[in-house]
Amino acid sequence: MAFWIIQTLNGLSFSMLLFLIAAGFTLIFGLMKIINIAHGSFYLLSAYIGLTILRTTDSFLLAVVTSSVAAFVVGVAMQSLFLRRFYMKELQQVLLTFGFVLIIADLCLWVWGGNPMALPKPSLFRGSIWIGNVVFPSYRLLVILVGVIIAVGLWIFQEKTKFGAIVRAGVDDEEMLRGSGINIQRVFAGVFGLGALLAGIGGIIGGPIVGVFPGADLSMLLLALVVVIIGGIGSLKGAFVGSLFVGLVDNFGKALFPELSMFTLFAPMAIVLAIRPTGIFGKMEE
Amino acid sequence: MKALDVQALSKDFGGLRAIRDISLEIEAGERRAIIGPNGAGKTTFFHLISGFLFPSSGRIHLFGRDVTHLQAHQRAALGMSRTFQVTNLFPKLTLFENILLGVQAINGARFCFYRRVNSFREIIYETERLLKEWSLWGKKDALLKNLSYGEQRQIEVIMALATKPRLLLLDEPTAGLSPAETALVTSIIKSLPREITTILIEHDMDVAFEIAERVTVLHFGSVLADGPLEQIKGNSKVAEVYLG
Amino acid sequence: MRTITSLKGTSFSILLLAALIIVFLPFLVSSYYVGLAIQVFIFTIFAMSLDILVGHTGLPSMGHAAYFGVAAYATGFLCLAGIKNFWVGVILGMGSGGLTAALFGLLAIRAHGPYFMLITLALSQVLWGIAFKWRSLTKGDDGLPGIGRPEIGMGIDLKPDLYFYYFTFAIFLIVLVALFVLLNSPFGYTLRGIRESESRMKALGYNVGLYKYLAFVFAGVFAGTSGVLWVYYCGFVNPSNLGVDQSVKGLLMLILGGSGSFFGPGIGAGIIVLLENIVSGLTERWSLILGIIYVIVIMFFSEGLSSIVKRGH
Repeated sequence: MAFWIIQTLNGLSFSMLLFLIAAGFTLIFGLMKIINIAHGSFYLLSAYIGLTILRTTDSFLLAVVTSSVAAFVVGVAMQSLFLRRFYMKELQQVLLTFGFVLIIADLCLWVWGGNPMALPKPSLFRGSIWIGNVVFPSYRLLVILVGVIIAVGLWIFQEKTKFGAIVRAGVDDEEMLRGSGINIQRVFAGVFGLGALLAGIGGIIGGPIVGVFPGADLSMLLLALVVVIIGGIGSLKGAFVGSLFVGLVDNFGKALFPELSMFTLFAPMAIVLAIRPTGIFGKMEE
Repeated sequence: MKALDVQALSKDFGGLRAIRDISLEIEAGERRAIIGPNGAGKTTFFHLISGFLFPSSGRIHLFGRDVTHLQAHQRAALGMSRTFQVTNLFPKLTLFENILLGVQAINGARFCFYRRVNSFREIIYETERLLKEWSLWGKKDALLKNLSYGEQRQIEVIMALATKPRLLLLDEPTAGLSPAETALVTSIIKSLPREITTILIEHDMDVAFEIAERVTVLHFGSVLADGPLEQIKGNSKVAEVYLG
Repeated sequence: MRTITSLKGTSFSILLLAALIIVFLPFLVSSYYVGLAIQVFIFTIFAMSLDILVGHTGLPSMGHAAYFGVAAYATGFLCLAGIKNFWVGVILGMGSGGLTAALFGLLAIRAHGPYFMLITLALSQVLWGIAFKWRSLTKGDDGLPGIGRPEIGMGIDLKPDLYFYYFTFAIFLIVLVALFVLLNSPFGYTLRGIRESESRMKALGYNVGLYKYLAFVFAGVFAGTSGVLWVYYCGFVNPSNLGVDQSVKGLLMLILGGSGSFFGPGIGAGIIVLLENIVSGLTERWSLILGIIYVIVIMFFSEGLSSIVKRGH
């Protein structure tokens, strides 16, 4: 019994991390049709920067702010300086993001070296809490809480704000958005930056749980891909549901049969593709 | 023998009923024009007939065979051929390659992957023959996108003929053509053999009335009038719809 | 953009010259460059197999390394199990590449444009993840070393690079002829028609979905062939052979060399292989430099691929 509670909570905290990454990825893809291979790189960069800040200042808050802002800046720069030149040319955009994957990954390797490292937890959350008759790290509960708060915040943003309405409209019908007189490049830069910001938050928050290491970028990207395909493209709801599913399945998979855990993800993904290619909540033209 | 038999055909797009309860019959060998104001549903009707859209209800019979649930390429294989309102050819292939694909479509060789296409003499000869028949042999190596709009509209028709269809759907073949080009295309269509049943969507009344024996008038997705040419010409409701 | 359908006149003499250079290369340059040449042969096959999809059918496949990697692993396992016969290995490689493509094709073929790219990427990345995690089978990230050269009988030993070079060249020529016939066959022309206008092809009576699927399988078979040659050449296979970097490299070869033409992929393969080897020999930060070069290449040299990705039909 205790095993299941602990693993479920573990899975949920991992799901929230995945959500942070997948939400940005799905919005970027839904709106701009860009497959941002560098999305995991925002996670990686943010985690490493956070690590350095934490080592020098011991302030988790400062680390979160700095890392996320750094990711945001890199994201906006990537979109407005490079990707925007290839409006409507998705293949080139994807290849460009791959170039950035190499650049960011190697820069991180150069600065921080190749050994896997774990970020220290914030001092307030280093302990554990009793839940029923199991002990669970309070930090992971914090992650779940933060994830839910951000999910709600994003939902409010998407449903209740003007910018959110613009994004929703763009995901549904980009041509209409282009014709409406709104500066579409600014919308794109904003959404791309937002996605990078979310992934960056994921990186710094996930650091104490998952650690940071060369290759974390591609590992997280893979999971984000599975989440988005299962949950649906362009849908925040889909990203949330998909993250819950993938986070839990991946966690239980790792706990029960670590070597074959990828199959537990592959099977649902293949099934979704076979039955409903656009994903469960997907909003894409068929 | 009816070339086309459409029964109670309807098509909804969400809340919009674009095609409402159309029934019509076209005899083999007939020349039929489909006319109507913009938005009447003419091209949508063609898409439903040719399999590019599936109806919400109703049935379609092609030469006696129920094709309502067949895909576009399956209907084409049964002898249906069409042109598109917006020229739909292969821009980065040469004229020769364009026509070749049309000729190849009805040849079993089209699945062959272990012999070069040059070795299929009958396909090559037929492509040559078509190009020479339509006086386009000189341009055979030109990329299609480099040909003039008028030439492309003409090739659009030739392409549809390359598959030796029994039923030919022409969607505004003279759209955007000069008077001389229009006359050329009109005479091409008029000279088609009777084995090819021809249905023509046209905005240009002169062209439609020159070619058609029977006319069907669509309005707001349903049939307003349907009958021999002279009858439609004299129909006051039709005139009203066009002149307001 | 036109596939070469006849080899007359000047292009023939260029080919003859190239063939002579290839045949006498080991006597003209050091063994290092002979090794590079072997890599160019292998990756030309890889790039050409990708171009069947990208350049000729208009399918921007993002996960092409999957077929390369699966074949490499399959042949690697075979070899480590003691079966070193080349013909068995290559049949297995081609078969596993084609089978993987057949499976992926079923799941991906209904999607178009960016969605197709996303699905093909995800499928190959999952394979990468499987290879990464299944340590007891694949040794994960460490990879499988010690895969030897194949045996082709007739007393020929392929262990020296020199002999393997000529052997690879011979296989390369066979594949080249096969691809030439395929791309110039009615099937090949049909693919290009599909690239130009799927709706037009459907209206003519072609079963477009079936053709796209078959193109996928063919591409997988040829990619698998290159994977087999690769693992026999370098004796080592690891998850990155399945991953996005390998797939993207293939696309970059097409951008640089020219997609949709017969010799374009080979030119691109040559450039990328040379570039990577030269840069990695110069600096430890070769990955960074390559990333920067790729960004520059896309920014300035990528017009040719703009029409490949289509939205919807």
